[in-house]
Amino acid sequence: MDKFISHTGTAIPLRRSNVDTDQIIPAEYLKRITRHGFEDGLFSAWRKDQEFVLNLPQYQGATILISGPDFGTGSSREHAVWALQDYGFMVVLSSRFADIFRGNSGKGGLLTAQLDQDVIEALWEAVESDPTLAVTVDLDRREVRAGSIVAAFDVDDYVRWRLMEGLDDIGITLKHADAIAEFEAHRPAFMPVTA
Amino acid sequence: MGQTLAEKVWEAHVVRRAEGEPDLLYIDLHLVHEVTSPQAFDGLRASGRPVRRPDLTLATEDHNVPTIDIGLPIADPISRAQVDALRDNCAEFGVPVYSLGNIEQGIVHVVGPQLGLTQPGMTVVCGDSHTSTHGAFGALAFGIGTSEVEHVLATQTLPLKPFKTMAVTVDGDLPAGVTAKDLILAVIAQIGTGGGQGYVLEYRGSAIEALSIEGRMTICNMSIEAGARAGMIAPDETTFAYLKGRDRAPSGPEWDAAVDYWRTLRTDDDATFDAEVILDAASLSPFVTWGTNPGQGLPLSGSVPNPADAAGDVDRIAIERALEYMDLTPGMPLRDIKIDTVFVGSCTNGRIEDLRAVAEVLKGRTVANSVRMLVVPGSVRVKMQAQEEGLDTVFTAAGAEWREAGCSMCLAMNPDKLAPGERSASTSNRNFEGRQGPGGRTHLVSPAVAAATAVAGHLAAPSDLASIA
Ligand code: SF4
Repeated sequence: MDKFISHTGTAIPLRRSNVDTDQIIPAEYLKRITRHGFEDGLFSAWRKDQEFVLNLPQYQGATILISGPDFGTGSSREHAVWALQDYGFMVVLSSRFADIFRGNSGKGGLLTAQLDQDVIEALWEAVESDPTLAVTVDLDRREVRAGSIVAAFDVDDYVRWRLMEGLDDIGITLKHADAIAEFEAHRPAFMPVTA
Repeated sequence: MGQTLAEKVWEAHVVRRAEGEPDLLYIDLHLVHEVTSPQAFDGLRASGRPVRRPDLTLATEDHNVPTIDIGLPIADPISRAQVDALRDNCAEFGVPVYSLGNIEQGIVHVVGPQLGLTQPGMTVVCGDSHTSTHGAFGALAFGIGTSEVEHVLATQTLPLKPFKTMAVTVDGDLPAGVTAKDLILAVIAQIGTGGGQGYVLEYRGSAIEALSIEGRMTICNMSIEAGARAGMIAPDETTFAYLKGRDRAPSGPEWDAAVDYWRTLRTDDDATFDAEVILDAASLSPFVTWGTNPGQGLPLSGSVPNPADAAGDVDRIAIERALEYMDLTPGMPLRDIKIDTVFVGSCTNGRIEDLRAVAEVLKGRTVANSVRMLVVPGSVRVKMQAQEEGLDTVFTAAGAEWREAGCSMCLAMNPDKLAPGERSASTSNRNFEGRQGPGGRTHLVSPAVAAATAVAGHLAAPSDLASIA
């Protein structure tokens, strides 16, 4: 995984709340067994509308998505994270994220930065009036900067550390294989097995 | 200070704890299905890692499987590829799998409990958000993403930060005709789809204690619809009676040791929750959703809400969007909403008691001509039990279709889908836009309401139907 310290790019204002994972990527795309190439499924139902913000020419090439509250609710599909990343997003900004989506994002290397809804509104306006505005998401300083807007964001300390170090979770856990074996030696005998 | 149920189960599973890091939690049971596992197994292969505990891992085919002609190869090439990938991966990594045609096959959250694999005090995970279902036994059970699936396969653990706890207390008696499904829809409407975020919900109170295990599973199943990661109910005599004698439940002296332990799994009197919600069971009535998220629900006696009455802008826009998608007008009585398709099934309401409730309503009645009704058992075992009780003949005599086990129209990954514009009453758990097929519209209901709706052709409760002598 690449290290994430700070990212600067243009942003897309998604003026919607309760963006559930079925909207981010519909179930039909979950049939694939590959790990990449999900960009065509991202918001596919909404993208049929030519006026949908992702289709507007001024927002092409954006790497930061700015959404309303309750982003990523619903199904736990990690494909939602992959689809956002495959499309080119590095960061999602929202005033509230669903837990599972947020967890999935951290592991996949997509930064979810939580900001007050006031800040989200200000960012929406700023980006809408100037789609070329450079938005910086500084993970090191936990800060979003765009034009005159400077706002601190909320991110889990551990996720931040992992993103900044570019570390793989399983590798970290396997360093504790002895502790796992020790725990297993003391599990009650009545616990079930599947095979 | 005392501990809550969730905290007790958590503490009993901490493998490693270090300042500033998430706890490393041991996982007792890892359930796997074909949709969220292929990329995880791919990851193991790429890094040359084995599955640490295949004996604590169990796979079943459910999301993609057809519910008719299951003897034939799966027609959709992509569905077939996922199912084939699961079979190949399980063979390669030594994981037991219940494939289509196996007597233990079914929806992952129906299969675990009915085998007796889900037990109080366990940690249970699956790459599926409705893993919360297993909390009905007093297990800490939650959905995980595909990279977490890979993590559990490789290490049998997960690094996690403790959840907050919320008590959902429901005292009193549910009125006649009001079911677990109505109760949980009312809870979600009260908490909101985001209100449970970061929490494990513990359902308690006399109305919860009075529920069967299957009713409790319906409740815990939809915890995720309130935004919560998990739902739990303290194990009691009902739980022990359900488990006793099941295939994978302990027996002999181990049974006694297990029950002794399970009895300790209750929230201590002096424990505190981070939040609390209280509902009066006696005030509840059949509940249905009108919108495009599970929090947009009302008593069946109500009317479609008016966006103008919304609390704020965000709410108003959400209601407007939902009404537009659902093609509903404010003020319309919910009972006047006409339905094309009725779906009975899913991990919320695809168990034997649900099918019995449907059969009770359908017996001696017929499904309206304008309605297509699908009854899909949650597992092969449920199907067999229903047939043993003659429920299948009640369904088919009424004009419903009796299908094979699977997720089916709950998420429309198999051929069971709504056509664009079609409207369903569904016993499943999600009414998101397009969930049951692109352009389809979903009203979430209880099994009894689903059956009455099928007969009436519009949203209805059994008490609305003319009595049959
Ligand atoms: S029945 Fe529906 S909610 Fe349950 S596991 Fe299957 S798809 Fe998911």
